[in-house]
Amino acid sequence: MAEFEPKIVAFVCNWCTYAGADLTGTSRIKYASNVRILRFPCTGRIDYMLLLKAFDEGADGIIVSGCHPNDCHYTSGNFHARRRWIMFRSLCDFTGIDTRRIKFSWVSAAEGAKWADIVNTTVASIRELGPYTEYKIVANNPVKEVSHG
Amino acid sequence: MDDLRKRAKELLETSAVKVVIGYEQGTANKTRALFVEKAEDADCLIFDSRCVQNLATYVTKREVKDKGKMAITATLPVMRSIIQLASEFQVNDNNLLVLGITPESKLVEFKNLSEVETFVHQYQIEIDAKNKEMLDKIAKMTQAERWKFWIDELSPCFKCYACRAACPMCYCHRCTVDFNQPQWIPVPSHELGNLEWHIMRAIHLTGRCIDCDACYNACPLAIPINLLTKRMLEDVKINFGSYQPSIKADHLMSTYKPDDKENFIQ
Ligand code: SF4
Ligand code: SF4
Repeated sequence: MAEFEPKIVAFVCNWCTYAGADLTGTSRIKYASNVRILRFPCTGRIDYMLLLKAFDEGADGIIVSGCHPNDCHYTSGNFHARRRWIMFRSLCDFTGIDTRRIKFSWVSAAEGAKWADIVNTTVASIRELGPYTEYKIVANNPVKEVSHG
Repeated sequence: MDDLRKRAKELLETSAVKVVIGYEQGTANKTRALFVEKAEDADCLIFDSRCVQNLATYVTKREVKDKGKMAITATLPVMRSIIQLASEFQVNDNNLLVLGITPESKLVEFKNLSEVETFVHQYQIEIDAKNKEMLDKIAKMTQAERWKFWIDELSPCFKCYACRAACPMCYCHRCTVDFNQPQWIPVPSHELGNLEWHIMRAIHLTGRCIDCDACYNACPLAIPINLLTKRMLEDVKINFGSYQPSIKADHLMSTYKPDDKENFIQ
């Protein structure tokens, strides 16, 4: 069997992490190609439902990343996001979602090397954890027939 | 509760309010909500330990609100709900009068909502021992056990939304769960959709839920969905300090502090 290749979805903000990831590329830093990057205007726009949908669609791991505190293009989007992440992560943990599979980070437009590192370490840790089978089983369960009689 | 009936009668006779929301005897030894619009009907009002439904859920409903000024029979959880609703601009002194019932079953009438707030703040929101034990038990499980626990507990949910209807804080005209463009949450009763629905519900109530258990009491299948909101309530306390609904406060999830603490962002 071929080695398991984790599917990682990255939700990043336009102004910092996306630009940072761009810098990783233009600096010709090589990093794992398992990541699909989705660009958002701001971390404040990264709805927790989107993260659930990523798992739903078969992601094995998720990266959520944006501007460092005080660097938000819209002043406070990342502060708001941080509060929601705190609560969302705790709820995920309580409901038994594997929070080791969701990585949160701050990566600025100047941190091309940090981005490569975040992706590489995430891919390595997800590779170790294996595919997110638990979630996939539930997501792929057929809808049960209900008899009304 | 003769004084409640008497006061309701007076309020309606003098047209100080147009409707009094309270409880009446229902079927099968249960009580149900009553909307008194005529003074002579006020005699049907009752209050006893069976009256646990959270009546605050009605004050945001068009059919009730449109009648004119409302008076509401309010136990402590109902008063808390009203303060939360006031902070969300859903009720105010012009459209609501509170006939409070203290935990000692005494009637107190409040001149305005800020008096209600002062009263409510005398009491902390405390999770009862039985539920606390359950929360601890779940917290001690491994991640895989928790996953199984919730998938099993939530799988019978058939999305009747009784929990949503019973909750005073679920007053949106269009709920995310009803959206189909895009369809955030699959419609059929299915483990994944059920999990998503309840995660969504708990998140939307984070920092707003006042722990009245109306959702759990309304669920025909007795699914312990209130444990999710209780967990969130505890976490709000841990992360952002104590939690008390306050009229002037910003909603906890739409504000921030630059020094909010977390330990998981790299
Ligand atoms: S979520 Fe449940 S416990 Fe919380 S306010 Fe709504 S009905 Fe009450
Ligand atoms: S009341 Fe119970 S069965 Fe109905 S939607 Fe809520 S949790 Fe599901």
